[in-house]
Amino acid sequence: MDYYNLLTTCAFIHLLVSIPYAYSNYVENKAGQFFSSGHTNNWAVLVCTSRFWFNYRHVANTLSVYRSVKRLGIPDSHIVLMLADDMACNYRNPKPATVFSHKNMELNVYGDDVEVDYRGYEVTVENFLRVLTGRLPPSTPRSKRLLSDDRSNILIYLTGHGGNGFLKFQDSEEISNMELADAFEQMWQKRRYNELLFIIDTCQGASMYERFYSPNLMALASSQVGEDSLSHQPDLAIGVHLMDKYTFYLLEFLEEVHPASQANMNDLFKVCPQSQCVSTPGHRTDLFQRNPGSVLITDFFGSVRKVEITKDTINLTSSLKPLIQRSGSGDMQIESLTYVDQLPVAEIIHQNAIQGLSYSIMTEGTPVNF
Amino acid sequence: MGLLSDPSRRKVLTGLLTRLNTPICGMPVEWLVKAMQSRGLEVFTQSFSRKLPFPDENKERYMVRGTNVYGILRAPRAPRTEALVISAPCSPGDSNNQAVGLLLALAQYFRNQVYWAKDIIFLVNEHDLMGTQAWLEAYHHTNITGMEYSPLQGRAGSIQAALSLELSSDVITSLDLILEGLNGQLPNLDLANLFYAFCQKLGVLCTIQGKLQRNDWDTAEGYTHAAQTMMLMVLKQACGRSWGDHGLFLRYHIEAASVRGINSFRHYKTDAATIGRLLEGMVRKLNNLLERLHQSYFFYLLPSLSRFVSIGCYMLAFGLLVVILLLRGVTEAQQVSLPSGPGVLTVLTPVVISHLTGVALYLLPVHLQEMAVEHFPVSETEAVVLTAVAIYTAGLALPHNTQRLLSGEGTEQGWKVLKLTALLYLAVLLGCTALINFSLGFILAVTLVPITASMTPHMPKALSALVMVLLSPAFTVLYCVFIYQELIEAPVSVSEGWMLFLSVISQGILDHALYGSLVYPLLALFIYPCWLMFWNILFWS
Repeated sequence: MDYYNLLTTCAFIHLLVSIPYAYSNYVENKAGQFFSSGHTNNWAVLVCTSRFWFNYRHVANTLSVYRSVKRLGIPDSHIVLMLADDMACNYRNPKPATVFSHKNMELNVYGDDVEVDYRGYEVTVENFLRVLTGRLPPSTPRSKRLLSDDRSNILIYLTGHGGNGFLKFQDSEEISNMELADAFEQMWQKRRYNELLFIIDTCQGASMYERFYSPNLMALASSQVGEDSLSHQPDLAIGVHLMDKYTFYLLEFLEEVHPASQANMNDLFKVCPQSQCVSTPGHRTDLFQRNPGSVLITDFFGSVRKVEITKDTINLTSSLKPLIQRSGSGDMQIESLTYVDQLPVAEIIHQNAIQGLSYSIMTEGTPVNF
Repeated sequence: MGLLSDPSRRKVLTGLLTRLNTPICGMPVEWLVKAMQSRGLEVFTQSFSRKLPFPDENKERYMVRGTNVYGILRAPRAPRTEALVISAPCSPGDSNNQAVGLLLALAQYFRNQVYWAKDIIFLVNEHDLMGTQAWLEAYHHTNITGMEYSPLQGRAGSIQAALSLELSSDVITSLDLILEGLNGQLPNLDLANLFYAFCQKLGVLCTIQGKLQRNDWDTAEGYTHAAQTMMLMVLKQACGRSWGDHGLFLRYHIEAASVRGINSFRHYKTDAATIGRLLEGMVRKLNNLLERLHQSYFFYLLPSLSRFVSIGCYMLAFGLLVVILLLRGVTEAQQVSLPSGPGVLTVLTPVVISHLTGVALYLLPVHLQEMAVEHFPVSETEAVVLTAVAIYTAGLALPHNTQRLLSGEGTEQGWKVLKLTALLYLAVLLGCTALINFSLGFILAVTLVPITASMTPHMPKALSALVMVLLSPAFTVLYCVFIYQELIEAPVSVSEGWMLFLSVISQGILDHALYGSLVYPLLALFIYPCWLMFWNILFWS
């Protein structure tokens, strides 16, 4: 009897002792998952490539994605919004200072806190590519720059009029799918993104992601090559079509998403099937390294900070194995990269002043001496 | 958000129209100015006067004076760069009183809206086409027809589109769309499509050429009906006059159409509020445009409001007719050996004399009217027309006289050279005419090409002379008058037809003098001399 009691007590004490250990092990495991997605900040580049009153729906598309992205946590400083912005104050708008996405004026996506970074005639192919690649003149303000790093997840949303392999910018120029793919490759080589989600809502949108070749890209389009993306519903009071079908259903889907939701990319792929959209939405995930089912919507659309509150100390003794290999094969030496040195104009001009002077620029650990 | 959505507005509109049921036209200028000003428009007037080439029975002797009144609704937020025009011609009597009332009601409604991107000009013009011509010339700072007008005090930017309303009664059963303008010019087909789309949306019966369209395209009756509608459009286009006030806008690249309300005593009637909604919809659509209408066809024929024949289809028919002339000319050229021919002089004489006759036909009727009135008991209009007919008939006697002047031997070569010249001349003439006014060119080609291509002096003289006269331009006009009357289901007897024919001639001369219509000078100065040349060939000896 005593022995039995002793055994029970020992087991009980053992259990009590092991619970916090198990719990901290659980927390350590969770801590291991903290960086499983690999990103620490979120950016969004939302571009509407059309102007003129009859392209109202493209502006409404972009503004609804902007609204969802802001609601889920990405601040204006991390959103680059490019719009022609000639809808809200257009003379033809019977409700000035508003842009509606639902008929009967249910939802005003223009609101009163929209920050448009590139407006009017600044929405050009050149500016778009410069924003993506970061090659902007030094006078460009911060709000117009995409200051992403290699731990940024970027959402890029494009809408407007497009065709097979091109997207029309403001009725005067085009961007081709090759240019876009090359821009993304530049971004990859300059470590400007961790993962990138590319959504396009135009006619024949799937042609724009056909040529991508950089890793960690996932793309969605509203229609296949040879199909047109259709607009959703006109508002009889305003007199134009308010939204495109794909973005309308995307907005409806995103309205259900909140910062803690666990909806993943597979749900996003199911948005607007052909029965609703008439066109066939497409997606491309072969360049993406994670399984889309494990990618949360909020990884791209929101800025969700991973915060877990615990009162226990956690030993982060084991080194966290990074899930994603940055380079192609494991045995290639990772060389630290440096930026191209600025031309030392002062020294070239004053050649004599160089004597004994070493001009060194400290970059990623390697000093370079002149 | 249309006119009918607000019951108080609907009451105001009906009240306004009932008050306006009395005949107001005779141009109550002060009342119109006050009415427009009270609706918040910027109102201006313009006076004009014109000396007619010969007095029309309907108007004063020789001098026509009038006043246009127009009010500009400024767009509340837009820069004043573009404008739309809604006009209602105001003729004496009560033939268009309802239109002015509707115009004022629309002005009042439009004033309360914020979505205007263009200024809207509400124009009430006197003396129909003359008032519109004076206003347009003053607006665009031109003077093409010699009208005298006071300059416009207020202006609104470049006009993108215009609508002209003609409503004679407050009870309308159908709306007729009139597209044919001066010299057969047509507005962009999109304007007709716009009108038809709104008629269908609001359930208003709409017609073109006064005919309702049928749905049985594959039956014989349906085909005949469509063919009749298209023939009416061809005839109307060929006569070159503007069949509504809108026709004068087309010259300035302003797309314009006329809408006429017809009361044909059907069971289902449309009230003015629905017509107001239709016009409001059309004007709002035109307001939302960013460019001038240019996406659809400018050259077309309409067998009904929902079908059209484009220039690519119908020009081929005309081209085949002209090719006959060219091939015939090539045949003649092969048979003529020029160096040993009689020379240019024998050909030149008939050409010059024919053209002089044409010039006489063009100038003398108007210039000799006083002399004619002194010697004959006719009015000026009749004098002009009968002089024209007399000169035309006198031209038939020409070959007998010119033969005496001609001294050329080797007459076989002579008439061949003349025929070659005349064939090429006619081909070029018809080609140029068809480019400007297809219907006119086509009708002339159909009547002239067969007989002229096969004309030789060796044909039986009496029979071919008769056929030639029966296919001459004047008789073509006569046939067109009879066919037109048949098609609009108001057939006329021979004497009535003759009177109509004379009035058509006087109308042609008047249109040319007042608005620049090209039909009368074309027929008198070019087609008639060309026909005379072939007449000469027939009587070559």
